[in-house]
Amino acid sequence: MAAESLRLDYKIIYEIVEPGARVLDLGCGSGDLLYHLVRDKNAKVQGIEFDDEAIYQCVKKGLSVFNSDIESGLVEYPDKSFDYVILNQSMQEVTQVDYIIHEALRVGGKVIVGFPNFAHIAARFRLFLQGRAPMTKALPHHWYNTPNVRSLSLSDFREFCQQKDVQILKAYYLGEQKIINFWPNLFALNAIFVLARQ
Amino acid sequence: MTKEGNIGAVSVKYFTFAGPPQEMPLEFGGALGPVTLAYETYGKLNGDKSNAVLVLHALSADAHAAGYHEGEKDPGWWDAMIGPGKAFDTDRYFVICSNVIGGCKGSTGPYAANPDSGRPYALNFPGITIADMVRAQRHLIVHLGIKKLLCVAGGSMGGMQVLQWVAAYPEMVRSAIPIATTTKHSPQQIAFNEVVRQSIMADSSWRDGDYYDYGQPERGLALARMIGHITFMSDKSMEEKFSRRRKNTNVAFKFGADFEVEGYLRYKGDNFVKRFDANSYLYITKAMDYFDLSGGKLIPEGATVDTRFLVISFKSDWLYPSYQSQDIVRQLKTRHVDATYCELRSTYGHDAFLVELGEMKELVRHFIDKTFNGYEVTSSDGG
Repeated sequence: MAAESLRLDYKIIYEIVEPGARVLDLGCGSGDLLYHLVRDKNAKVQGIEFDDEAIYQCVKKGLSVFNSDIESGLVEYPDKSFDYVILNQSMQEVTQVDYIIHEALRVGGKVIVGFPNFAHIAARFRLFLQGRAPMTKALPHHWYNTPNVRSLSLSDFREFCQQKDVQILKAYYLGEQKIINFWPNLFALNAIFVLARQ
Repeated sequence: MTKEGNIGAVSVKYFTFAGPPQEMPLEFGGALGPVTLAYETYGKLNGDKSNAVLVLHALSADAHAAGYHEGEKDPGWWDAMIGPGKAFDTDRYFVICSNVIGGCKGSTGPYAANPDSGRPYALNFPGITIADMVRAQRHLIVHLGIKKLLCVAGGSMGGMQVLQWVAAYPEMVRSAIPIATTTKHSPQQIAFNEVVRQSIMADSSWRDGDYYDYGQPERGLALARMIGHITFMSDKSMEEKFSRRRKNTNVAFKFGADFEVEGYLRYKGDNFVKRFDANSYLYITKAMDYFDLSGGKLIPEGATVDTRFLVISFKSDWLYPSYQSQDIVRQLKTRHVDATYCELRSTYGHDAFLVELGEMKELVRHFIDKTFNGYEVTSSDGG
């Protein structure tokens, strides 16, 4: 499988990571992103994943992965063990976001965070006009089966970073197929932020 | 998937070393020699000797890990894992298994003749540790001309030996698979072993270990094994296997083995007496209790270890609970060692590493394959 066929968020993260980098992926799923980083970029990668089936897929790909939740996955690592810590589509699933981001910035030089935008126009329409809980292409779950425990917009996350002294090195706003830059808090389905300590 | 086959007929080989004056020094002082190791091998060693897998056995097992001995109907103890097309694929790898020193299945142990007296060592056998067992195995590996093992793997006490291999000879181990094991016994595990030892030593026919002219302390050893078997199973696996079923419908109150679980334990205990030496049980359980690679001793600070790890635990294993495997993983993380950890959902308790093979087989198969062959490399420079 060529890197070009990766889904959009993976492709963006794949481009961010330099060859040979040390990468920790918190919530790595079945390891598609890590696999490409290892194979094509010679990255030194470690995954953390809770789902058994996903772990078997990772091992099949030759990836190293720990069966653990994200909160307990970071604790033992010495400072700056990785160049990048990835939290793609997993940050909004943890309760202690503040703690996780802090720990990720301790363990990694840079942190790549990807999350769905709760203020996307479709979500706003559903809430404002229909009086229904927001659902979008990036937020496909119903209120009763969503794994997300935190709901945030791009503006919320920027404010969070400012308040917690976290530096945003770069931000990417994702539409369905491609990057968008026009009024992202309204039109982006997902966002990817590259963070560092201030 | 590859079609699985069986190795077929196999036989034990012997390697003797450390004859005087070059006895093998021991961790607790003193020395042992000459030392004989009983071992078996399966598959073929390749030209550059890079495909050797060392499989390490648990407390009561032996060198017979796979295939069939002549005239026997049961295969070796890890036959489901070792063979053509299996996880340890003997069409590709050269698999070695040796009986530990202190054991009673062909390697030097308390039952063997003490060269000083010509009589069994009994309690004159020196105290041996997991480190001593591994040191002896290293002699065998060197004898076989192998500089670096593709993989060392084992469950329970076999897992302790895996960890000891990496701690003592990291440069000789490309990958390690410790299963359902620990860096050190907890007080609970030591307590179970102590009850096991006391049940042997409380049997008057144990005779302070000097029973070889009279026969084994059968009652004590059988009882010891019964206790062991309870700890190897889980509440759930016992419920599934026996429930409260009775062997007969007789409702009279008596102390016979009328519940199936009682019958099972008695059967296991009685059988064990026929195949295992009581003094070996004492020595080996004590070796397990003394084992301690906790608190950073597995990989010393500053050491660079390029061994890959696959750590496996089982959810229902209460004898070697998952937190102990997670402690191993914690040490590996601290030292930046490449590792995979998986907690499997078996209900079989500690026995799972011998009987519940589905996912474990697949994990081991892929892990070794990737260690041996590496990633499929693309020609582009990436990016």
